[in-house]
Amino acid sequence: MAESDNSRKSINRRQFLTTTLKTACSVGIMGVGLGFYTQRANALPPMAIRPPGALPEEDFLGACIRCGLCARDCPYDILFLGQLGDDIPSGSPYFIARTGPCEMCEDIPCVKACPTNALDHSLTDIEKSRMGLAVVIDQENCIAFQGLRCEVCFNVCPLRDKAITLDLQHNRRSGKHALFIPVVHSDACTGCGLCEKACILEKAAIKVFPTNLAKGELGHHYRFGWKEKEKAGKALVTPDVKHQYNLPEGVRYDLQGEGLIIDKKPSDSPFSSNPLDTLNRKAEDKD
Amino acid sequence: MANMPQDVGKEAVRAKGWIGAHKWLILRRISQIGILAAFVAGPWFGLWIVKGNLASSLTLDTLPLTDPYILLQAMVSGVTPETAGILGAVIVLVFYALVGGRVYCSWVCPVNMVTDAAAWLRRKLGIRGSSHASRSTRYWVLALTLILPLITGGIVWELVNPVSIMFRGIVFSMGLAWVLVLAIFLFDLLVSRDGWCGHYCPVGAFYSLLSTRAIVRVSAVNREACDDCMDCFSVCPEPQVIKPALKGAAKGVGPVIQANQCTNCGRCIDVCAVDVFQFGNRYSNASKTGIKSGEEYSKHTV
Ligand code: SF4
Ligand code: SF4
Ligand code: SF4
Ligand code: SF4
Ligand code: SF4
Repeated sequence: MAESDNSRKSINRRQFLTTTLKTACSVGIMGVGLGFYTQRANALPPMAIRPPGALPEEDFLGACIRCGLCARDCPYDILFLGQLGDDIPSGSPYFIARTGPCEMCEDIPCVKACPTNALDHSLTDIEKSRMGLAVVIDQENCIAFQGLRCEVCFNVCPLRDKAITLDLQHNRRSGKHALFIPVVHSDACTGCGLCEKACILEKAAIKVFPTNLAKGELGHHYRFGWKEKEKAGKALVTPDVKHQYNLPEGVRYDLQGEGLIIDKKPSDSPFSSNPLDTLNRKAEDKD
Repeated sequence: MANMPQDVGKEAVRAKGWIGAHKWLILRRISQIGILAAFVAGPWFGLWIVKGNLASSLTLDTLPLTDPYILLQAMVSGVTPETAGILGAVIVLVFYALVGGRVYCSWVCPVNMVTDAAAWLRRKLGIRGSSHASRSTRYWVLALTLILPLITGGIVWELVNPVSIMFRGIVFSMGLAWVLVLAIFLFDLLVSRDGWCGHYCPVGAFYSLLSTRAIVRVSAVNREACDDCMDCFSVCPEPQVIKPALKGAAKGVGPVIQANQCTNCGRCIDVCAVDVFQFGNRYSNASKTGIKSGEEYSKHTV
């Protein structure tokens, strides 16, 4: 009696252990699967921009509980939540600049609504937000590069002249006009996407990307000489002694400044650069 | 004599009328649909009673409510929530700790309607057979969902959690969420009885842990009247919780269903033709024969 009782107990114990082990294993496998799935699912597509104040992506995915309160409180209804089947981690908020840019509300209601600090409540000045970075990405189609006046992106930018400036450049095609090239400055651009929305092209030539995609990064040892010089108030290397160059007459070399300076045009070559001149001269010769 | 599962509740309908035999079920559906309606009234009709979803919400712009389980996952991954978030979670915690954690399951969770439908169809079609996963698997899954944020730094479970995805799908927009809903329905219907809620769902597991000392409990007050029709066992999503309370008189176990897996759905009350069950509280658990409480009983038998 006692014996059979014992053996029943030990069978029960063995059964218990096997079931526990089985369960633990299958749940473990599920965990590994989930882990891999997260890796894949967390790769945010480049056009999906997080709302203002969003923590860096890895932290954001731990902090956002996917309540959608930010989306609900956005007066412009630009925020969406990722759905199952989207490339965006499900339930997390994003906007698409081209169709609905962030209007940069002064009171930032989306941030205030967030219960978890996934949108950082220490952001109180919307101009300090960094949702992404605008990049003038297609210089072949941006009509400013063709010498046409556009400036739409420049004009709609809420931080005009700080986040985006127009850089005047010589128009080599016409020879007498200027190019008004839009240039974005990462120290001021909030990544709101208003410029991308406003771009007049069929597909925007200026696009907002998540900052980590938009920005390059210098080698950490790299220093710009002129910046270091400015910081130190003087050149960091001893300037070269005045150099004697063996240069043709009328040509100088300014080591610290402009480089090669041609004081006088070299004498004309026998041929004019304008082919018409040659043709005309030929005509004259005939006479 | 035990009834066939197909015939669950027929006796009760005969004895108490259709309404009488579906009272708690009707109230539950009103609660579930009412909660959903409160959330969609804003986006659909501009009536902003509640904003957000079950993860976190703001009612009438004043009352914050936050799912403590999801917030816990966020905190494990290393965030410090806002005051509104914490306050919301505390309110929810206290509420469910008093009324029974799995009241969330039977009165709030939208998946419940899906799994109830599957269980109903399963009974009607007489589908038997079940998978062999243990009911404690859900606690393992629960542990997993709290360990993964620690390792990955993200709320991993919320990428796939059908409870969140389904509710968000209804309140925001569906996407492929219906695939997940269909999957759970088919799983519960064809593979495993009460498969999702009874075996895997970590949300239910979390809320059941929360209700270990819950005050509101179903009690088999009138258990002498039980005629062994087995209807309550057929209809209960956690049938294992009934036996100690219903059949424990001889062993001196009180009539209150103590097990925290009981969802307080009240279906057992509805379906019993002789009115064995009632809602009561944890403390009126004196057994007429006795000495031991249900917990002591389970300590002795497990
Ligand atoms: S700042 Fe305003 S427009 Fe931009 S996401 Fe927040 S609420 Fe919406
Ligand atoms: S309010 Fe915060 S937690 Fe909620 S969805 Fe938005 S970012 Fe996520
Ligand atoms: S995204 Fe465009 S519009 Fe917005 S701040 Fe940057 S440059 Fe200006
Ligand atoms: S067990 Fe999970 S899915 Fe089922 S009702 Fe409860 S919370 Fe919802
Ligand atoms: S015991 Fe009754 S109240 Fe509890 S889950 Fe089962 S049917 Fe519902």
